[in-house]
Amino acid sequence: MTGKLKSGRQVVEGSYAVAHAAAMCRPDVISAYPITPQTHIVEDLSQFVADGVIDSKYVNVESEFSALSALVGASAAGARTYSATTSQGLALMHEVLFNAAGMRLPIVMTIVNRSMSAPINIWNDHQDSMAERDTGWIQLYIEDAQELVDATAQAYMIAEDPDVSLPVMVCMDGFILSHVFEPVDLLDQKAVDEFLPQFLPVRVLDPENPESFGMFVDPEYYMDFRYLVEQAMDASRSKIVDAARKFESIFGRYYGDLIDTYHTDGAEIILVAMGSLVGTLRDVVDDLREKGVSVGLLKIRAFRPFPIDEIKKVVADAKVVVVLDKNISLGTGEGAVTTEIKAGMYNSDISVPVIGFVIGLGGRDIPVTTVQRIVEKAENVIRNGITAESEFVDLKHSHIRV
Amino acid sequence: MKEIRIHGRGGQGSVTAAELLAIAAFEDGLYSQAFPSFGVERRGAPVMAFVRLSDQKIRLRSQVYDPDYVIVQDATLIEAVNVAGGLKPDGMIIVNTEHKPEDLHLETEALVRTIDATRIALDIIGKPIMNTVMLGAFAGVSREVTADSIKHAVRDRFPGAAGEKNADAVQHAYDRMVVS
Repeated sequence: MTGKLKSGRQVVEGSYAVAHAAAMCRPDVISAYPITPQTHIVEDLSQFVADGVIDSKYVNVESEFSALSALVGASAAGARTYSATTSQGLALMHEVLFNAAGMRLPIVMTIVNRSMSAPINIWNDHQDSMAERDTGWIQLYIEDAQELVDATAQAYMIAEDPDVSLPVMVCMDGFILSHVFEPVDLLDQKAVDEFLPQFLPVRVLDPENPESFGMFVDPEYYMDFRYLVEQAMDASRSKIVDAARKFESIFGRYYGDLIDTYHTDGAEIILVAMGSLVGTLRDVVDDLREKGVSVGLLKIRAFRPFPIDEIKKVVADAKVVVVLDKNISLGTGEGAVTTEIKAGMYNSDISVPVIGFVIGLGGRDIPVTTVQRIVEKAENVIRNGITAESEFVDLKHSHIRV
Repeated sequence: MKEIRIHGRGGQGSVTAAELLAIAAFEDGLYSQAFPSFGVERRGAPVMAFVRLSDQKIRLRSQVYDPDYVIVQDATLIEAVNVAGGLKPDGMIIVNTEHKPEDLHLETEALVRTIDATRIALDIIGKPIMNTVMLGAFAGVSREVTADSIKHAVRDRFPGAAGEKNADAVQHAYDRMVVS
């Protein structure tokens, strides 16, 4: 045993923090393939295994497709499993993502959010995981390194609940969180053991009691299997809450349930965002509130299952909802979060205007001044109504605009 | 909150300097945040790293546009990059050069300080790697962090003789900048 795990509260890299958190969850099998900006997580975990400080089997593979395929086999055999990937790597897993969810395998995977090619770009946005939103994976979007650590442990509790038994993506912003150094309370092994029960799979591949996973089914059965996955997704809602609350009872830290809110009571303008941008928005909200602007913030922690009931309650009395999307659903003119919030409110008696802003694609930085301009546009919507339902923020090359 | 921007060239340890500064400030009881400018790192290319220090939890995630302090590891960058861009008028820029501040002709109202960090690094560490020297200089002129915390972070990152030499260089730069 040559290496040693850090402990306590210290300044570490976000990637180390998540690798450490995954290690504390005692995964039986880890399989991952390095890709920027996720590489440090894989390096740290393989170092832990090589140094013998964690008792996990690390399966080296030649691609992300194989990484997730290895975990499908391991999880079906009853192992607790972990992987991490990003962008093109996640896209390469696409086919296996459906299999993992359809076979009801509670794999936990960190997604270090990064843009999709082409053009080639290694920087942050949410396009990679948003493109996988219909695969049957629960998706959590994380604000800072500490929440990342804590949500990793929560993810196993949610995934492995017998009423859920679905895989979970823990999504963190590439570079912004993966390469940041900031203070983190690293998880204590005993406390994690107290928080996270032993993995008891609902079904196991077992030669003594042969069963099959992911079989061929004809039209007589297929649709009902999909319905069961949707039911499990729905069941995960209360389990996400339970995990957040149980974590708080042991560790004293809480980040909201499916959503979190900040100064939304009575707010006329409600900003909606996911991931690390939420931190910047908290500062902007504080600043604008001091200047008398009635603005609040709604953070979406769980994008799948989509928390439309929670969102509706928060925005019902607002005058405008402002959605900041780090993705673009090409062909709709707006980001997917904007579309889903609008769709979710359609058959209700809430008629608050929703405007969408596509922002920060491919690592374009989001300064405070940009958010302030967006809030000014929201104030204009309150005064004059909607002029544009959605727009791209901070386009630089004006000659491309029509 | 204090914001610091570090300019350097790929290979000069700018990102490491940012990390060490965040670790040292944390040891001094502050909240800290350090991150690179997320470029595609190439040796010799201009790079930036950012640090935030605060007595409260740091939530802001944008790059640093209006720094309180700028650290320039390589004076040849002054011709290539607007190193003083956005620097607060009451802020400070610390440049690694053998020249005097007034000879740099920087366009800023902020205080300009210089230190021949490469010379110190060569003399004490034996290599022209000046990042830890610049941290000592920063601690000396700004008093935002203690030299002891910087030295502790340096020794922790570079165990053994290399760490001791770097710690000596930190102290040397601190002493030179704090008294002048």
